[in-house]
Amino acid sequence: MDPLGSTTPPEYKKPSKFRQKLSGFFTSVYNIHLFIIRFFKEAFVPPFEFKEIVRQCYEVGVRSFTLITVTGFIVGFIFTKQSRPSLLEFGATSWIPKLVSIAIMRALAPLVTALIASGKVGSSIGAELGSMRVTEQIDAMEVSGTKPFKFLVCTRVLATTLTIPILATYTGFIALLGGYLNVAQNEGTSYSAFMEEVFKPLVFLDFTASLIKSIVFGFTIGIVGCYQGYFSNKGTEGVGKAANGAVVTAMFLVFIEEVIIVQITGNFR
Amino acid sequence: MQKQKVHIDYSHPVISIRGVAKAFEDYAVLRGIDIDLYQGENLVVLGRSGTGKSVLIKLISGLLKPDTGTINVLGHEVTEIDDRQLQELRIRIGFSFQNSALYDSMTVRKNLEFPLVRNRKGITRKEINKAVDEVLDSVGLSHTINQMPAELSGGQRKRIGIARTLILNPEIMLYDEPTAGLDPITCTEINELINQVQQQYHTSSIIITHDLTCAKETGDRIAMLLDGQFQRVGTFNEVFDTNDERVKPFFDYNFIQ
Repeated sequence: MDPLGSTTPPEYKKPSKFRQKLSGFFTSVYNIHLFIIRFFKEAFVPPFEFKEIVRQCYEVGVRSFTLITVTGFIVGFIFTKQSRPSLLEFGATSWIPKLVSIAIMRALAPLVTALIASGKVGSSIGAELGSMRVTEQIDAMEVSGTKPFKFLVCTRVLATTLTIPILATYTGFIALLGGYLNVAQNEGTSYSAFMEEVFKPLVFLDFTASLIKSIVFGFTIGIVGCYQGYFSNKGTEGVGKAANGAVVTAMFLVFIEEVIIVQITGNFR
Repeated sequence: MQKQKVHIDYSHPVISIRGVAKAFEDYAVLRGIDIDLYQGENLVVLGRSGTGKSVLIKLISGLLKPDTGTINVLGHEVTEIDDRQLQELRIRIGFSFQNSALYDSMTVRKNLEFPLVRNRKGITRKEINKAVDEVLDSVGLSHTINQMPAELSGGQRKRIGIARTLILNPEIMLYDEPTAGLDPITCTEINELINQVQQQYHTSSIIITHDLTCAKETGDRIAMLLDGQFQRVGTFNEVFDTNDERVKPFFDYNFIQ
């Protein structure tokens, strides 16, 4: 009998689905925070996995290279094409190179690269680590005296953090090439004249802001992909969820980070 | 094949488990178990699926932590040592996983080299090649050295998984369902390999299985895990010479199969 005299146990209300999801969300935020702390604790302490980092950089670059080339070119070409009618109304088509360069270098290149890499690299990391988790390969590394976190997670996160900025720079130039092709087609501008106009409005802050953005995006894609894969469970279903979760979460965070970084760098202009 | 007699030192336990309990959420898998593994012994842990057999060896290797109780492995209290000590201890324990857990992205050679390169600082290429050749030879799969895990059969994967653990010359071997999912002939080959490892490498082993043939052929002692506790421990005949209704169906089912 309980102290209130009732012989029947009290009926506790089950938490609603919304509350469960909300609690799950905050638990995930807390766990990711621990995951990031662990990364910084282990990544910069010897022994360093240089060989594996280089291999992962190569994987990240190769996996995204073709797609980024095509997407970058199309983005530059289409952006230029769509901007023309509005500028034509004011007779300002000569501003197109400047507009294109500002849009591409400040925003589009890092953003497009990050979104492509989230899909290609993030999902691949999530699926690969997820599959290693469910087939006990991560446990096998652990029991053989290797630190799987350092070997699998730190190397991949460092690889994405280092490679995405390089890819973003490449995307920028390919997109400018796409823009040039459209301008040359319509205005008959020469390559050298276009490039001269393109770099006129750009200042040092534009390049540093883009670089910082790309580094942050690369780190996010790596961490999210690794987190989703490293803690995946429920067999093959878990691997699919890890890959999917890696893409969706990374893309969402990339947009949030874009907004925050643009706000911050805006204060320095 | 008849198991050859090996020397077991019953005065020298290499693993001592006392009062270990482990629950997952509300479900108590292990409920205060006590057992020793002696030097040179093959101890078979038998039990139905979901009775906590694999949990037991994951507790021993420090992959899981017990809720209560102590696990002493080679003189170290697994629950009390730090990460670095645990890593050093794990090198002395070989763990053969149920699904072999070979690294998909590496060839057989790279799989075998991986633990060696990481744990033997200053080892030369010549020494690595020699160790890889020796261990592959001992499991009879020298010809697979440049193959990828996906190209191997289930039995070959098990053998390579065992070879990968043997390359570090472990003192203790933990086998998780070594014959699960294999045909009877391959099962016999794996059982022979387990006995060969015991004799050749002088290991003490815990073999987790629900295969009675494997238990009979490889085990010096059998421990029957039922309802989260070891209900019967002894030789094969001692364990199954019983009218215990929880043990008999297990025996009958395996031999009808």
